[in-house]
Amino acid sequence: MNSSILHAIMGGILIGSSAIILLYFVGRIAGISSILRGVLTLKVEEHWRYFFIAGLLLGGVVYQWLAIPPTLVRSALPLPVVVLAGLLVGIGASIGGGCTSGHGVCGLGRLSKRSFVATLTFVAFAMLTTRIARHTLGLF
Amino acid sequence: MQKNLLSLFSGLVFGFGVSLSGMTNPNTVIHFLDITGEWDVSLVFVLCSAVLTTVVGFRWVLKQPHPRCDSQFHLPTKQTLDGQLIIGSAIFGVGWGLAGYCPGVAIAALATLNGEVYVFVMAMLVGLYCSKKLNFS
Repeated sequence: MNSSILHAIMGGILIGSSAIILLYFVGRIAGISSILRGVLTLKVEEHWRYFFIAGLLLGGVVYQWLAIPPTLVRSALPLPVVVLAGLLVGIGASIGGGCTSGHGVCGLGRLSKRSFVATLTFVAFAMLTTRIARHTLGLF
Repeated sequence: MQKNLLSLFSGLVFGFGVSLSGMTNPNTVIHFLDITGEWDVSLVFVLCSAVLTTVVGFRWVLKQPHPRCDSQFHLPTKQTLDGQLIIGSAIFGVGWGLAGYCPGVAIAALATLNGEVYVFVMAMLVGLYCSKKLNFS
């Protein structure tokens, strides 16, 4: 088996395991956009949110430190596009009540109808957007 | 304290997993989303293995009377489909398709020290904060 496929499967199992750990011990859904929203609105009594986000960053740091293989970076995308993309991801996840982790991994894991519809919607719109951005606008 | 340390550990596993999966490289995501280009199938394996893990794991977890460090599970209560869900997810999809970063991936990718990711995360936080202020949901 190709090593990128093997890494993809192992990475997916770790992402799912992280969600199981959080639900089993803390009783919360590992939806990153929702956790971040709680952090931004200073739910100070909910310390677990800060610890989870710190861990998320730390997990990335540990991986880059071990470098197996290091992540390739890209800088070809025009900065205004990056800003627009970030705004849309933030606003969309907020209105839609979740992102790839909350709806995609955890919601589908709970067999939620709402998350199934959300996941189909964002994957379809992302595919359409990528196609237009790459082939019509030639952005990357 | 145990609750906080376990949250930190859960976040760490997520951040490491998402990095190992290849998703912190936006080109992997873009090549998956672009089904008309050189299609990169690896993201299908990430999503499927993550969902299979949670489908099995959550069934077992939710049979427990309560989480280990809390008196109750905090689960979404909405059941019905509505316009906000569809419109929000569509907007999210456009942003995801433009840059190739979703929220968890972007935070873990800060570790790559790529300037682009820092700009993306700042904009994403502004988006999350403003829509919260506007009380969209």
